[in-house]
Amino acid sequence: MSARQSYEPVIGVEIHVQLATATKMFCGCELSFGDPANTHTCPVCLGHPGALPVTNARAVELAILAGHALGCTIAPRSTFHRKNYFYPDLPKAYQISQYDEPVCLGGEFVALTPGGELRVGITRAHLEEDAAKLVHAGPGGRRAGAESSIVDFNRGGTPLLEIVTEPDLHSAEDAVTFFKQLRLTLRQLGVSDCNMEEGSMRADANVSVRPVGSQELGVKTELKNMNSFRFLERAMEAEIDRQIAILEGGGKVTQDTLHYDPDSGTLHPLRSKEEAHDYRYLPEPDLVPVVPDPAWVDRLRAALPELPVDRRRRWMAELGITFEDAEVLSESAELATYFEDLAARVDPKAAANWVRGELRAQLRERDEEPWESRATPERLAGLLELLDARTINVPAAKEVLAELIERGGDAVAIVEAKGLGQITDESELDELVARLIADNPEQAQQLRDGKEKVLGFFVGQAMKATEGRADPKRVGELVRDRAGV
Amino acid sequence: MAAVIERETVEHVARLARLRLGPEEVERMRQELSGILEHIELIQSLELDDVPPTTHVVALQNVLRDDTPRPSLPRELALREAPAVAHDGFEVRGWIETHA
Repeated sequence: MSARQSYEPVIGVEIHVQLATATKMFCGCELSFGDPANTHTCPVCLGHPGALPVTNARAVELAILAGHALGCTIAPRSTFHRKNYFYPDLPKAYQISQYDEPVCLGGEFVALTPGGELRVGITRAHLEEDAAKLVHAGPGGRRAGAESSIVDFNRGGTPLLEIVTEPDLHSAEDAVTFFKQLRLTLRQLGVSDCNMEEGSMRADANVSVRPVGSQELGVKTELKNMNSFRFLERAMEAEIDRQIAILEGGGKVTQDTLHYDPDSGTLHPLRSKEEAHDYRYLPEPDLVPVVPDPAWVDRLRAALPELPVDRRRRWMAELGITFEDAEVLSESAELATYFEDLAARVDPKAAANWVRGELRAQLRERDEEPWESRATPERLAGLLELLDARTINVPAAKEVLAELIERGGDAVAIVEAKGLGQITDESELDELVARLIADNPEQAQQLRDGKEKVLGFFVGQAMKATEGRADPKRVGELVRDRAGV
Repeated sequence: MAAVIERETVEHVARLARLRLGPEEVERMRQELSGILEHIELIQSLELDDVPPTTHVVALQNVLRDDTPRPSLPRELALREAPAVAHDGFEVRGWIETHA
């Protein structure tokens, strides 16, 4: 047994998502990404003395919505605290956050995996404000050794929801699966756009390892700066390996905050933890408690749409499609609606194949999405019915699909206009096959000698002779009959 | 039982608050902070199990704001209070990461 197999990783994650509000958490400055620096600021988000914060109602609503999706209890009362630390991106020298009374408590998120379900306990989810953006203008643009830094306060004060999980994850792969499905859920609820590149979704992971079978938790490290699924997985893998190597060498893991460097694939300690965690939380005197009206909380719960995990489960159970199909087809709410519409009209498995395969492939070239395409579910269903009835073959169906995408219309009419209908006259096909065998005695003999590959030659010849209108499967059968195989 | 704050505690808190205190100031703070803690101990000696913690002296809740944008400051005005300005931003002293 390798060292890797004799240890069990234990992972908990903290996820920050920027809430999809129009304005900041505690002031009316508009949220923007990519606008000129420092054009969305006011005395509140610049931390001027005497400026008073006021809580954004929509941010509270989105937090409650997310809490429902995470199976959390919505706290009857929540309060804000000041988290004190000094950093140039934090003008008040404290971050307004929540401490002992967060808005959402104790939930569970279920993610589907090819092998079953992944259940992850949600410790809490709380509201806070984002820090400003620091641009480090040092040699080579790197952080360390920067001579000066530039602060852009446009982002400062953006509403964040921090979601904290229990240490329920036991591999980097599971953590990524959880993360992806959480992201999908939050996006579909409109809680956040979860754009990792723009930093509207960020993940930290607490990683430790312990000998398999042990119930005790090992010393954990905190991984930061993972702004893509790929980095997230790589960083956790690297950290699991690093910790196992330390323990195998008889050493001890120290509790550090590590920064992942994607260029080198290595982790560096970020700052000394000695005093960093002494945030001296104190109740925010400028903000009063949030006590959401229970009727409002219930209304938000009732208005919750079907969650991606439930939709996937239902599709797999009721429509009989695979996990992979369900995963791809529920990537967005629009795609899911498109697929459901189609699957209600034709065989769901065929619907899944065509949407995932040919439809998306053809649309990709035009930079179109299925739900905005002229090939509506109704029109595509008409096409798939012709295919199912073997009125047309697959190559012809692809051609009809191209026409549907280009101009819309009706599959039956397109097949007629283009003369794409399959030859249904059995005797016509039989005659053709007889002729092909007579013309190619050598190949016919090879087929009789058991060279199965030669069958493809005959089918190809038949398709060529009929300009693609023969049913390849039927041709194959006729060739076997005629050749006496 | 008197609450006694050690000098080390004062120095630690001063460090967190980025305060530079001289030896006499540390001693004065030690005594003042000890006095505050003693007072709190006095309060804690009361039977207060049924009293919820007071975070606010006014009984207000749900002071919320609609998610409607309001005008922000013109940039020149926002940057007027900056210690230094560069690249349309607040220029601050280089922040050196401590790579332990």
